[in-house]
Amino acid sequence: MKKMTNVQEPTAQDVAAVDLTEVRSLDLGGPSVGLDLPSDAPDGAAVAKALVELYPQKALEKRSRHILVNDPDSIAPIEANTRSIPGIITQRGCCYAGCKGVVLGPITDVIHIVHGPVGCSYYAWMTRRNQADVPAGEGNFLNYAFTTDMTENEIIFGGEKKLAQAIREAYELFHPKAIAVFATCPVGLIGDDVHAVAKQMRKELGINVFGFSCEGYKGVSQSAGHHIANNGLFEHVVGTEELPAELKVNPRRVNLLGEYNIGGDAFEIERILADCGIELVSTFSGNAQYSEIARSQDANLNLIMCHRSISYMAEMMETKYGIPWIKISFIGAEATAKSLRKIARYFDDPDLIARVEVVIAREMAELGPQLAEVKPRLEGKPVMLYVGGSRAHHYQQLFADMGMPVVAAGYEFAHRDDYEGTDVTGSIVTDSDSKNIQELKVERDPVAYTARKTDEELAALEIDGLSLSQYEGMMADMAKGALVVDDISHHELEQLIEQYKPAVVCSGIKDKYVIEKMGVPCKQLHNYDYGGPYAGFRGAVNFYLEIDRMVNANVWRFVTPPWNVPAKTAS
Amino acid sequence: MRKIAIYGKGGIGKSTTTQNTVAGLAEMGRKVMVVGCDPKADSTRLLLGGLSQRSVLDTLRIEGEDVDLADVRHTGYSNVMCVESGGPEPGVGCAGRGIITSINLLESLGAYDESENLDYVFYDVLGDVVCGGFAMPIREGKAEEIYIVASGEMMAMYAANNICKGVQKFANTGKVRLGGIICNSRNVDNEYELIDHFAQELGTKMIHFVPRDNDVQRAEINRKTVIEWAPDCAQASQYRELARAIENNTNFVIPKPMEQDTLEGLLIDHGMLEVA
Repeated sequence: MKKMTNVQEPTAQDVAAVDLTEVRSLDLGGPSVGLDLPSDAPDGAAVAKALVELYPQKALEKRSRHILVNDPDSIAPIEANTRSIPGIITQRGCCYAGCKGVVLGPITDVIHIVHGPVGCSYYAWMTRRNQADVPAGEGNFLNYAFTTDMTENEIIFGGEKKLAQAIREAYELFHPKAIAVFATCPVGLIGDDVHAVAKQMRKELGINVFGFSCEGYKGVSQSAGHHIANNGLFEHVVGTEELPAELKVNPRRVNLLGEYNIGGDAFEIERILADCGIELVSTFSGNAQYSEIARSQDANLNLIMCHRSISYMAEMMETKYGIPWIKISFIGAEATAKSLRKIARYFDDPDLIARVEVVIAREMAELGPQLAEVKPRLEGKPVMLYVGGSRAHHYQQLFADMGMPVVAAGYEFAHRDDYEGTDVTGSIVTDSDSKNIQELKVERDPVAYTARKTDEELAALEIDGLSLSQYEGMMADMAKGALVVDDISHHELEQLIEQYKPAVVCSGIKDKYVIEKMGVPCKQLHNYDYGGPYAGFRGAVNFYLEIDRMVNANVWRFVTPPWNVPAKTAS
Repeated sequence: MRKIAIYGKGGIGKSTTTQNTVAGLAEMGRKVMVVGCDPKADSTRLLLGGLSQRSVLDTLRIEGEDVDLADVRHTGYSNVMCVESGGPEPGVGCAGRGIITSINLLESLGAYDESENLDYVFYDVLGDVVCGGFAMPIREGKAEEIYIVASGEMMAMYAANNICKGVQKFANTGKVRLGGIICNSRNVDNEYELIDHFAQELGTKMIHFVPRDNDVQRAEINRKTVIEWAPDCAQASQYRELARAIENNTNFVIPKPMEQDTLEGLLIDHGMLEVA
C-alpha cells in the first residue's frame, strides 16, 4: 500500500452537499457507443474486402475471419489469438516479452533474472517505460538487466549450474525480497529446469525464488506469457503475506490489475484513488512492490484495467479468496469518472459515493478549459487504433471525449472476449497453441476465502447496472460501421490509411515510422515514446495537448513518402 | 579422403564394428581418423587401448578458445587418429549442439586438412538420427558415405529404416549417399537372407555379414580390436573383409526408406512369425 503525500481530500462541506439520490440514479451499466463515423467515411464492407484481395486464397480466407464491420447491436464473432500468417508482418511480441516484459518486469524490488543468451535480456532492458516511485530504503532494480548470459557451453552442457550461481550472486549483491527467473527459447529446447533451480535456491537463500517457463516460442503472441505470468504470481506470491491489521481499517480496499505504469499512468491513478479515499492494496504491476502483491488477497475488490493480460488473476482470486472484479478504465476523463462511480457503488458507502463526486467535479472543472481549447481543432477528425489487448479499446473513450471518431481499430494479441465480451468466453475454442499454456485448477480456500458481498447484495448491484466479473469488450463500445481488424498486417494498415485518411494512428514502435512516412502522425501507445501519463484526469489533459500538437502540426503537409519520390536517374 | 559415418540402433555394435573395421583399413596402410560422436565418449576405446582422453568439448570448456589439435587428437593402434566429441552428462543440455560445435572446431583446427593426408575419416554416431545435431555428420557434406549397422532383430531394422529417412532427406540436397548395410549378426533365424533382402528393398546391399563370435567380447575386455588382440582368429578376417568391402565399394545410393507395412511384411516373409 502506497504512503500517499499531498492527498487532497474533499472537504466535509463539499461531501455533504452531494445529492446522493441523483448519483445513485446514474446509469453506470451498458456500453458507451463510440462517436458516429464521419459522413465521408468509406464503406466498411468494401474496405474490408479490398484489404485482403491481394492475398493468396488461403491467406485471404484466414485473414477475412479477423476482419469485420462493427455492429454494436449484434456482436459478430471475430477470429483472434490464432497464429499469424507467415509472410504477413505482424506487430506481435513473444511469450517471454509478455511474461517478463509486461507483467512481472514492473515489480520494483524483485530481481528479474533472464536465463538465456545475453540478447534476450539486453534488448528487453528498459524498453518498456514502466516507471516507479520507490520509497527510500526499499529495493528498486528496474534500471538493471540481469541475465545468465548463456553461451554455447551452457547450451551443450546445460545451464542450471550457471543459473544457480547467478541467483546466488544477485542475492549476495542486492539482497532482494524475491528473485524471479525467466526461461528463454534455448532453455526450453535443452530442458533446463528453472523451477527445480528456483526451489533449490529458495531453500538455500531463504527468500522467495520462482521461475517462469515463458520460452518465447510458446503460444501465438505475448498473450501466452501474460497467462504464464498470472499463474506464477498466483502460485508463488499472492497470499504469502498478510496485510497488517492497521491497514485493514478502511474496507474500501482495491487491487488495480493490469496497470503497468507506462509513462506514469499509475501515479495519476494512485493520486485520484487516494483523493477519493480508496486504498490501493496492490497494483499488478506498475509501481508495485513484492509485498503489496503478496498481500493482495486482503483487498475487497479487484479493478481490471487490461483485461487481456490479467483477467486470469482476477478469476483465480475470486475463486480462491472471494474477491469480485469489475472492469474499469482510467483512460479518458469520462471513463475515469464512470470507473470511480462504479467503485463507489460497489462499496455502497454514502461517504465514498459523495467523495467520488466531489473529486470528479473538481477534476472535470480543472480540465474543462483545456478540453474546450483543443476540441474545436480536433472534433470530427478520424482516428485509427492498432495496439495491445486493451488499449485499442480504452483510448477510444479518450478520443470520444475529444470529439474524435474511431473509424477502425483492432488489437495485436487479444482474444475473442476482448472484442466480443466475456459472454463468449465459454465458447472460445481452445486450439493446440492455447492448450500448451497451463490452466491452474483453483479451488475456494477453506480458510482465506471470504465472500465480500452476500448473494442479495450482488443481485442488487447487478440491478444497479454494475456488472461484476464481466467485460463487455471493445466492439460494444464502437460505432456501427467501424472496421475491426485483429492482428493487422502492414499491408492492411497501409491500405486502411489510404482509405480512411485518419488524422492520427495510434499504434506501436514497429509501425510508427511507416505511418509517419505516409504523412500521418502516429501516436505510439505501447510506451508513449517520451510522453504520458495519459491516464486519469491530468493524464487526459496531457493527451489532449499531445494529440492537438501532432494532428495540427503543419509538418505532415511536407512529407512525401519515399515510395512517391521519383527514382533518380544515375548520373 | 573418404568421409564415412556409421549409424545404427543403440547397442547394435557401431563402435565395435567401426573400430575393428578401421583397424583393418589401418593394417592395409590407410591413414584413418575416427571421430566419436557420442556423449559417452567411448568410440575410440579399443583403438587407444582404453586410454581415456579428454573430449573436444571438455577441452573447449576447460581451455576456452585456446585449444590445440594435439589436445583433442590422440594416436591409437596402427597410427589411427582418435577424437572424441564428448558431450553433457545424460539428461542435461544439448548433445546434438555439442557435436555441431565439436566438428566445427575440428575443421577450424585443421584436422581435415590436405596436409594430414587422411585416406578416411569415420564418424561413429550415437543411436538414431534423433535431432539436427546427430544428423550433423551427414549435413553440409561432413560425411558422404553412410553405413548402417543392423541385425535381424525387428527394432534394429526399424532404426535402420528411420536412419535411411534422414539420409534420404540430406541426400536430395547434398552429396551424402548410403554405402550399404553392415549386418552385425545376433544369430536370428534366416538373418542373412532377411538383411540381404532388407538392404535390397532400401536400394542398397548388405556390404558384409559379420557373424557373432565371442572373440569380439574377449578382445573388448582386453581393450583391443580383434585384429590387434588376435590377428589370426577367424573374426579378425571377417573385419578385414568388411574393411576391403568398404575400400572397394562403388555402390552409393539415395536410399528408399520403406513404409511401415512393407517393413513388417518383409519380416513376416522371412518367417519371423513362425513358432519355433
